[in-house]
Amino acid sequence: MDLANVLIQLLNSVQYGLLLFMLAAGLTLIFGIMGVVNLAHGSFYMLGAYLAYALSSRLGSFAWAIVVGTALSVVFGLALERLLFRRFYQRDHLDQVLLTFGLIYVFEEGRSLLWGDDVHGVAIPPLLDGSLPLTDTLSYPVYRLFMMGVCVALAVGLYLLIGRTRLGMKIRAGAFNREMAESLGVNIRLIHAVVFAIGVALATLAGMIAAPVSSVYPNMGAPVLIMCFVVVVIGGIGSVRGALIAALLVGLVDTFGKVLLPQVAGMLVYVLMAAVLLWKPEGLFKS
Amino acid sequence: MSAPATHLEALPRSLQALLALGLIALALFPLVGSDFHQQMVTRMMILAIFAMSLDLLQGVTGLVSLGHAAFFGIAGYALAFLTPADAPASLWWTLPAALLASGAAALVIGFLVVRTKGIYFIMATMAFAQMVFYLFFDNRALGGSDGLYINFRPDAGLFDLEDKRVFYYFTLACLAGVYAFLRRVLWSPFGRALAGIRVNEHRMRAIGFGSFGHKLAAFTLAGTLAGLAGYLWGAQTGFVNPELMGFHMSAHAIMMVILGGMGNFAGAIVGAFAFEFMLELFKDLPAFGGFDAGKHWQLWMGLFIVAVICFAPRGLLGLLQRLASRPGLREGRDG
Repeated sequence: MDLANVLIQLLNSVQYGLLLFMLAAGLTLIFGIMGVVNLAHGSFYMLGAYLAYALSSRLGSFAWAIVVGTALSVVFGLALERLLFRRFYQRDHLDQVLLTFGLIYVFEEGRSLLWGDDVHGVAIPPLLDGSLPLTDTLSYPVYRLFMMGVCVALAVGLYLLIGRTRLGMKIRAGAFNREMAESLGVNIRLIHAVVFAIGVALATLAGMIAAPVSSVYPNMGAPVLIMCFVVVVIGGIGSVRGALIAALLVGLVDTFGKVLLPQVAGMLVYVLMAAVLLWKPEGLFKS
Repeated sequence: MSAPATHLEALPRSLQALLALGLIALALFPLVGSDFHQQMVTRMMILAIFAMSLDLLQGVTGLVSLGHAAFFGIAGYALAFLTPADAPASLWWTLPAALLASGAAALVIGFLVVRTKGIYFIMATMAFAQMVFYLFFDNRALGGSDGLYINFRPDAGLFDLEDKRVFYYFTLACLAGVYAFLRRVLWSPFGRALAGIRVNEHRMRAIGFGSFGHKLAAFTLAGTLAGLAGYLWGAQTGFVNPELMGFHMSAHAIMMVILGGMGNFAGAIVGAFAFEFMLELFKDLPAFGGFDAGKHWQLWMGLFIVAVICFAPRGLLGLLQRLASRPGLREGRDG
């Protein structure tokens, strides 16, 4: 492999890792702060991709589809939190697993009823539909760079929100000691609703921006969910920083594994996870 | 995460009587049931064995595994590899070999996962099961995404498993045997230690029980018994594919155990029958006008699961017991 090829694979792995981070961050936040394990997180990703498909053809603009889709997903997240998830914060993990597994079926069939079972493509917006030449023969698509940019912007935004704002302080306080934060006047129910909505919005946004690259198909959330679990197990549950580093690591191992060792590529990520479990059973960055 | 101290481990007399009646009904069923229903009940019994094996982890030890189907599938695949294309293989060596394969896989995966706790355990078991899934899914040599055919049922010598009725009774014997075995395990010192780990692992360690060894032993035993179910499944259907090890299969097993009521194995049996019955029911729903309700069975299944978790989180046996143990009624205590 020459240098240009390595660079392309490196970009691909970073792009994949950042996309995984957007999903894993929501998963790990919802777990770290509310203590809920959410198997339906992959369904939000699928929902995002289908929203991008349905809205961009209806509104005629990918940018508007993202804006409207994100707004819809926030409303959806708030409603879901209010109607279902709120009752499950104090429940056994087992009950949460089954509730969210049931929801996977419901979302999957809801998708089937709304949009059918066909595979769809989403066009890359014309503004981003080009590629940057790297050498005479190799180039890199602009849209993938755009995806990376969006993910990095959101990661920075999330960091600032949690680390530097008043709302973030309340979120951290609630995660650290729920009763104490509540008795000091923090509206913990509101905080939970906001965190849940952020998690849902991150996952749907990831699905929306991934749609033009990955296309839109039934059950697309399942493989992504498993990868998110691997990321969260490696990074340490509840740690957003751990999720970022683990996601980049998984992206790197998966992408280069497919190029260098295609026979065992599907297993490599799990070998990585097994190694981390042996070395640090609670992940690299236990929060 | 709350760990209930008891799970109806000692079954009340009334429930024991119901179970005995159920056994008699299962023994008599082939005399009245059609061929189709006989096969369906065979499948339910196989899944009941699978659900019981998971209950040892989930209900007794308090380990929620979201990857139990991996061991179910591995034994099925073992049977597929060991059966030649043109002749049956002997039950007496393929069954031990298949159980050994599942048990060995459970030992290795268990060694990695039982050191984790709670939510971590759930995610790690699911991820490792997916690893096994992709191993078979991606490799042509292992059957790939299409799976493998098993042309012959195992040859038992003394009886003919190709006969559907004989296979039914063989499965029933396995079901009864596994139930009796697991009830013995539940009340053995080993089983008491597992229950102690569920209720308070720190205390168990403080009084000198090595919880790692106990959990690993439970994980391996559960994986081996799941292998028995997978072996029977492969023998009955004559076909294995990666879906057997998939995430949905694992989640269905959890649902069966929850639905029946966990920690006593009887609930797992009831749950497996009830779950499969509901599944058949939803798939057979008629079309209302232009809306084919049966085609969208996943929607009904999903809503059903959500409803059970919201309204009957301790399962059918728990519900029965709540009705049966109203003040004034006496409870029997027996293993």
